[in-house]
Amino acid sequence: MPAAHLTDLPPPLDVADPQATAPAKPVLSLRNVVKRYGHFEALRSVSLDVHEGEVVAIIGPSGSGKSTLVRCVHQLESVEGGAIYLDGELLGFERRGQHLRALSATAIARQRRQIGMVFQQFGLFPHMTAEQNVMEGPVHALGDPEEEARTRARRLLSRVGLADKLDCYPKHLSGGQQQRVAIARAMAMQPRVMLFDEPTSALDPELVSEVLAVVADLARLGKTIVLVTHEIGFAREAASRVIFMEAGRIVEQGPARQTLASPQTERLRTFLSRVL
Amino acid sequence: MHAPSAFPPPIDDVAQARRAPSLVRWTVSVVIVLVALQLAIFLVTNPRFEWPVVVRYLFAPSVLMGLATTVLLALIGMAIGTLIGTVCALVLLSDHRPARAAASAYVWFFRGTPLLIQLIFWYNLAYLVPTISIGLPFQPPLLQWQTNSLITPFVAAALGLGLAEGAYMTEIVRAGLMSVDPRQQDAAKAIGMTPTRAFFRIVLPQAMRFIVPPSGNQVIGMAKATALVSVIAMNDLLHSVQLIYNRTYEVVPLLIVAVFWYLMLISLLYAVQSRVERRYSRGQHASSAPDGLATAA
Repeated sequence: MPAAHLTDLPPPLDVADPQATAPAKPVLSLRNVVKRYGHFEALRSVSLDVHEGEVVAIIGPSGSGKSTLVRCVHQLESVEGGAIYLDGELLGFERRGQHLRALSATAIARQRRQIGMVFQQFGLFPHMTAEQNVMEGPVHALGDPEEEARTRARRLLSRVGLADKLDCYPKHLSGGQQQRVAIARAMAMQPRVMLFDEPTSALDPELVSEVLAVVADLARLGKTIVLVTHEIGFAREAASRVIFMEAGRIVEQGPARQTLASPQTERLRTFLSRVL
Repeated sequence: MHAPSAFPPPIDDVAQARRAPSLVRWTVSVVIVLVALQLAIFLVTNPRFEWPVVVRYLFAPSVLMGLATTVLLALIGMAIGTLIGTVCALVLLSDHRPARAAASAYVWFFRGTPLLIQLIFWYNLAYLVPTISIGLPFQPPLLQWQTNSLITPFVAAALGLGLAEGAYMTEIVRAGLMSVDPRQQDAAKAIGMTPTRAFFRIVLPQAMRFIVPPSGNQVIGMAKATALVSVIAMNDLLHSVQLIYNRTYEVVPLLIVAVFWYLMLISLLYAVQSRVERRYSRGQHASSAPDGLATAA
């Protein structure tokens, strides 16, 4: 099993390359993505394809760039080099003749509607009930009729086991319940891909499993998922592919079970021996 | 239901205990009652309060007109101030340096000069700028007015109060916006909201919790500050009673009339503020938890 390297991917495209055409097949596609904070390189030329129905777990030590990666995909961080495509559409920029130009905030908002995001700190809107939180995106970003959005919100909230908490404000929900509302809120947008940024890291240990169960449920439904996580056991069970990042690079990747059972690189072996 | 207790029934039960006696608390109560009594006797027996005069002028048409002017000025001043304050707060939190510099200069100037001077200045604007015109820079004007016909005492008062209020509201709104967790912005973006929608639906409602209480103080301050406009011959509440006592020399009872209406007005504003505060504290109180099933986050 050849470790880490991206020989099987199409040749890298670059933001600066006018001949670039986006690959059509993968749902999500990153090419040579670079992100810097001052002189610190958080992502050093990361390339990655995520296909329909895949569940990709990203693991790695803190500071390895895994959260930055999903935040860049969601345009919450600006990307300094390379390119990110969703269904072949360049994210955050548009081609104007020979040049790429940054999209307006409104156009970026439109692109984000196809990408669901779940944060470590839940990020529920504290002044809205669980149901209002889930309805907010469909009604006020997509412009769906309120009744339709309410029906969908109720269905999603019962899917994550919170049918009895519709009228609760976030403050009256446990961390695990809040995170499940957050997942329902992201799902309400019917996104092409769901991004999870360490969704269980801020939870009390006994609440982790209820959130992971919801993620596993989405995986079973065939949702395309990118999950940044420290839960190696969960990655082994639920993910189709595991990506190990360190120092802003993808060091090793492969089928989840196989890669985690017999890592090919010394660094993944060391990392797994520390966290397991 | 309970297993029979191994202990005999208790002799002592603190549930029936009384408060420890306190000489300080008792003395304070007595002093307060005595002072209140003294005050009541003073108010009732001192003939110079001329209570019948107070009653006669309380609902006098000119006084009620003055009250209406005061209320109108306070509302307009507050509306202008809130609008300017919100815009300037957004500018100060933006990354546009020239606009930020302009907004800071505005706040610096209008917060740094006495309101009385500002009012007199606006009232005398015609001395500095005899005509006001609209047109392109360095071109003949398209529209032109005499300043004195445009800046009436009412306009001068509304402008002065509004511009001064805007400087204070800028700081209040800015502090309110900064108190909202920046991750709420990310969460709003994550569901594909445009920046404008995110501001009005997510950020502002949460900021209101911190904006309303100090704004309430500002409204009350504004309602009282309108008394300053009596110096520019605006017929506000204070000016309307001044006109009467200049004629009749019944200064004290007429000031009491004014005080009565100011207190009524401020009580009303206070009630409104409480309602607005409750409105924006939704989801913040544990007491609104349904059927006691709440779990701490």
